[in-house]
Amino acid sequence: MTDWYETFEYDVVVIGAGGAGLRAAIAAAEAGCAVGLVCKSLLGKAHTVMAEGGIAAALGNVDPQDGWQVHFADTMRGGQMINDYRMVEIFAKEAPERVYELERWGGLFDRTPEGKILQRPFGAHTYRRLCHVGDRTGLELIRTLQDKAVHSGITVHMEVTFTRLLRDAERIAGAFGYRREDGRFVVFKAKAVILGTGGWGKVYKVTSNSWECTGDGCAMAYEAGAELMDMEMVQFHPTGMVWPPGVRGILVTEAVRGEGGILRNAKGERFMERYDPKKLDLSSRDVVSRAIYKEVQAGRGSPHGGAFLDISHRGAEVIKKKLPSMHEQFLKLADIDITRSPMEVAPTVHYVMGGVRVEAGTGASTVPGLYAAGEVAAGLHGANRLGGNSLSDLLVFGKRAGEHAAAYAKAVRTLPAVDGRQAAAERALLQRPFDASGGENPFTLHEELQDVMGTYAGIARTGEQLAEGLQKIVALQKRAEQLHAGGSMLFNPGWHACRDVRFMLTLCEAIFRSAIERKESRGAHWRLDCPDQDPTWGARNIVVAQSDGRMQVSTRPVPPVPADLTRLVRQGA
Amino acid sequence: MADHTVPHPYAPSIPWWLQPAATVTILSGFIVYATWVALQGHGSYGSYLSPFYSPQVVVASIPISPAFWVLWAPAGFRATCYYYRKAYYRSYFADPISCMIPESRRRYAGETAFPFIVNNLHRYLLYAAVAVLVFLWIDAIHAFVFDGRVGIRLGSLLFLANVVLLSGYTLGCHAFRHLVGGNLDCFSCARGGQARFRLWQGVTPLNHYHAFWAWTSLFSVVAVDVYVRLLMAHVISDPVLF
Amino acid sequence: MAEARFHVFRGYAKHGDLVTYQVPITEGMVVLDGIHYIQAHLDGTLACRWNCKAAKCGSCSAEVNGRPRLMCKTRVDEFGARPITVRPIKVFPLIKDLVTDVSWNYRVNQQIPPFTPDANDPGPWKMYPEDVERLYEFRKCIECFLCQDVCHVLREHEGMDRYMGPRFMVRIAALEMHPKDTRSRTDLLKGSGGIGFCNITKCCEEVCPEHIHITDNAIIPLKERMADDYFDPWRALLRLFGGKKEPRGT
Repeated sequence: MTDWYETFEYDVVVIGAGGAGLRAAIAAAEAGCAVGLVCKSLLGKAHTVMAEGGIAAALGNVDPQDGWQVHFADTMRGGQMINDYRMVEIFAKEAPERVYELERWGGLFDRTPEGKILQRPFGAHTYRRLCHVGDRTGLELIRTLQDKAVHSGITVHMEVTFTRLLRDAERIAGAFGYRREDGRFVVFKAKAVILGTGGWGKVYKVTSNSWECTGDGCAMAYEAGAELMDMEMVQFHPTGMVWPPGVRGILVTEAVRGEGGILRNAKGERFMERYDPKKLDLSSRDVVSRAIYKEVQAGRGSPHGGAFLDISHRGAEVIKKKLPSMHEQFLKLADIDITRSPMEVAPTVHYVMGGVRVEAGTGASTVPGLYAAGEVAAGLHGANRLGGNSLSDLLVFGKRAGEHAAAYAKAVRTLPAVDGRQAAAERALLQRPFDASGGENPFTLHEELQDVMGTYAGIARTGEQLAEGLQKIVALQKRAEQLHAGGSMLFNPGWHACRDVRFMLTLCEAIFRSAIERKESRGAHWRLDCPDQDPTWGARNIVVAQSDGRMQVSTRPVPPVPADLTRLVRQGA
Repeated sequence: MADHTVPHPYAPSIPWWLQPAATVTILSGFIVYATWVALQGHGSYGSYLSPFYSPQVVVASIPISPAFWVLWAPAGFRATCYYYRKAYYRSYFADPISCMIPESRRRYAGETAFPFIVNNLHRYLLYAAVAVLVFLWIDAIHAFVFDGRVGIRLGSLLFLANVVLLSGYTLGCHAFRHLVGGNLDCFSCARGGQARFRLWQGVTPLNHYHAFWAWTSLFSVVAVDVYVRLLMAHVISDPVLF
Repeated sequence: MAEARFHVFRGYAKHGDLVTYQVPITEGMVVLDGIHYIQAHLDGTLACRWNCKAAKCGSCSAEVNGRPRLMCKTRVDEFGARPITVRPIKVFPLIKDLVTDVSWNYRVNQQIPPFTPDANDPGPWKMYPEDVERLYEFRKCIECFLCQDVCHVLREHEGMDRYMGPRFMVRIAALEMHPKDTRSRTDLLKGSGGIGFCNITKCCEEVCPEHIHITDNAIIPLKERMADDYFDPWRALLRLFGGKKEPRGT
C-alpha cells in the first residue's frame, strides 16, 4: 500500500500536553521509554494555563495542623463520597511531594516570610492549602513541566489531532489522526497510549474552557471500548464573567474569594450566610453555584443575571499583587477596575468530574495499554471537585500513569500491529465533510448542541428535561452525518470542527444518559425532581460503555471506604 | 524571512517620525552647546561654578580649556547610558527609527562590534560620573555660601535642583542597579545581602524613570550654565531670596 | 445592528491578500470575536490560532492595524469607525491566513541549558520573598511571541540565526537570577544567544501584553552580567588572581 499517512513509532504515546500529559511523558521518559508527546495546539498553550488559584497539597506550611488525612477527608466530602477512596488516598499522600518536585524543576511559588511555599485558603479546604503564585499558578506549572519535558528526550508533535485510537484484538496499538497544518494523516504506533486530553466544557456555551476542551480523548477511548464513569457530574464554577457577552463564562478565580472576596446579591445581602453559614463564600463550588442560581431565580440577581463579587476592600496594592491577571482581565475586557468596584459573576461550566474509568493506582483504563490521567480520568473527584485539587491531580496521576504505562510498554515485546482498515475507515469518516454538499455547518451544529446542553443539562435538572434533551442530542447526531466543510485540508478550522462536533455529541449523549439514570441530587448533579441524596445512589457510580454500537448504561458499586478512613471523613464534618 | 506582508501602516496618534526628529534636534543642540561652552575656557561667577567646569582642573603645561579634563566623564557616561543608547540608536541610526517601521540598512552588528561594543564598559564611566557628582554636590553647597555667609539666591536653588536631577540620573543608572545588588542571585544567601537588597530596591524606582532623569538633568545642566554665563555677562542679576 | 469592517489577510506564503468582511458589533467585542464570527458565518476556512480567549495562553497573536496584539485582548470599540486590518505575525514564515510557523522559538528554547539546582540540595528549599519576587515578572510570559515579532533584529535584520530574541532573554533571565540555579549562561548570551545584537530600543517592551519590563529588568541586567564576565578588565584581573567566577550568592 502506498503511504497515504506518515508513520511514527514509540513505546509510549502521550496524547495531550497539559499538566497530566506533560507529567506522564516525563515519567515515561525517565523510565527509559521512547516517548511521543502529541498535542492539538502549540506546546504550553494547553488549558492548564487557565488554572489560576493554586495547587492543593497538605504541606502544612501555613497551618501546621494540616496533613494528608485532612486533605483526604475534605476531598471525599467534597466529592460526596462517590469518589474512589483509593485514588483520593494516593492523591492526598503524594500531592506534597509532587509540589516540591515542581519546585526542584524550577517552578516558583509565592513564599512565606520564613521562606517556605505560601498557601492560601480555598473553597471547602479545611486549612490554607493552595500553593500558588499570584493568580497564574497553571501557567507556572505548565511552563515548568514544559521546560523539564523538552530536556527529557521526549519528541513533541505539535498541532496534531488524533481522531481514533487503533487497537488489535485485545489491546491498544496506537492512534490515527492528522496534522492540523496541512491535513496530512499520521499513524502513531505505540505499545501504550496515555490520554491526558482534559475535559469537554466546550459542550456548553457558558464555559471557562478553551476551544481544545472538546473531549476528543474521552470520546476516542469510548469508541475504542473503554468504560466512562460519572459522566453526569459536570462542575459549574460559581464565578465566571457575565458581561460583556463576548467574555461570558471566562473564569474569575476562586482565589478572589480565597483572598477575601465577598458575594452579594442585588439587594446587597451576603447571601451565602443563608446557604452555608459556616464556610460562607468559601463553601464548595456546587453549593455556591446553586446559591447564585437560586438568588437569580428569586429575582435578586445582578443586572445581567448573576451575583456581585467584591474584593475592593482589600485595597489596590494587595489585589494587584495577589490577583494581577484578574485585575487586568476586568480592566481590559469589561472596563471594570476591581480595586474599586465589584465584579459581576455567574456560574460557568468549568470541569468534568467524570471520564475514563481507570484503575486507582495506575491510571489503566479497561482497554489494555490505554491509560488516562487528569481531567479525562474519572474517580478522584466524585460528584464535585474542590478547587486546587485539579493541578495536584494532574501531577500525581500524570506521574503514575506515565510510570505504569512505561512498565506495561516494557512488558510488551513487540509493537502491536496496526490494522490498516481502521485507519482507512477513519480517513473516510474524516473526508466525508468535503463530499457532503449543502450539508450542515459544523459551527452552527456546535452552537445548537451547546444550547441543548445549557437548557436541558444545566445546573438544575429534571428527569423530564433530561429525556427531552437526550432526544435532541440524538437528532443532532443524525444531522452530524451531514456535516459539510469547504476548502482544503490545509489548516481548515471548519473541517477540524466537524470531527470535534461528533466527539462532543457522543459525550453529550453520555452526560444525558448518566444524568437520567442518577435519580437523586448529589454534588454537581442537582435534580429538582429528586432533590435529596439517596444512600442507594451514594453507593454507586454510573458507567457507560459501547456495546453493539450503542451506548449502554450500567452501575458499579463505589469501592467501600475502610473503617479507619471513614473515621477521618466523619471527624472533620 | 517571510515576505507575505506589504509594509505596515503603523497608526499611532502622533506621526512616528516626530520622536526621533525631536531627539536628534535636542541632542545635537546639546552637543553643539556643550562644545561651545567647553571652548570658552572658563565658567564661574562668584560662588557659582558652571557644571561644565567642575571640578576645576588646570594643568599649567597643557594650555587647554579646563572643561576638557572633566567633560569626558559625564559625556561618556551619557553616551554609554542604556537610555541614551536607545534614543540615539533609534533617532541617529534608525535601528529602528520606530517600532514596526521597515529599515533599509542591511548590515547590522548591534553592540557586537566596534564602536558600540564599547558600550559594555558603561560601568567605568559610571564610576567617573559618580566622582564628578561628588564635586557637583560640593559646588551646590558652595552655591549657598556668599562671602562666607549662608544665603539663598535664585542661582543657589538652580544649582540644588540640578544636582538633585543629576543624582537621580546617575544613581538610577542600570549599571549602578546591577552593582548595588542586581548582580546577586540570592539576596538572603549573600554577605550583606539584606542591605544590598534594600539598595537595589531603592535604585529600582529611580531606574524605572531613567529617561525622565536623563532628559531633565540634561536641561538643568544647560540651564545652570546659561544662568552662570548670563551673570558673567551682567545681563541679569541674581535675585536674593534669603 | 452596527457593523465593523474587517480586512483580514487570507492566503499562503506565496500569495495572499486582504479580504473584507462585515461583522456585526456586540458590546465589549474583541477582534478575536470578529474572527470567530467570520469563521462561523462567512468562511469556515479562515485559519487562526486561539485557545483561552482570556489573554492567558498567548495563541492569538496577530498584527492588528499594524501593531502586534493579542486578538482576544484588543477591543473592537478601540478603533471607532475605522476598519480593522488583521495580518499574521510577520517575523515567522506564514502557513495560512493568520497562522504562522513559530517552531523556531521551540528550537531556540531547547538550546537554553535547563534549570540546574545543586544535586545535593533536595529541598524543600528555603527561598525568601526577596529572592524570588523579581522572577515572577519573567515567569508571567505567555509566549505570545509578539516581542519576537516587533524585535527589529529578527524582523528587519534576519537575525534569527544570531539572536534568540526578547522572549528568550526573559527566559534566560528567569534562570540566571534563580537563587537555586548553579549554572552560568553568560557564555550562551555572548555566543549563540546573541544578546549583543539587542540594542535595547524597547519595542518589545511596548508590545508585551503581560507588561513585562523586558529591556530594563531582563535584557539590561543580563548585559551587565555578561559585562561582568567578558568586558570588565578589573574583574578579569580579580578572576585571574582569585581564580573564580563572579560570586552571585548561589
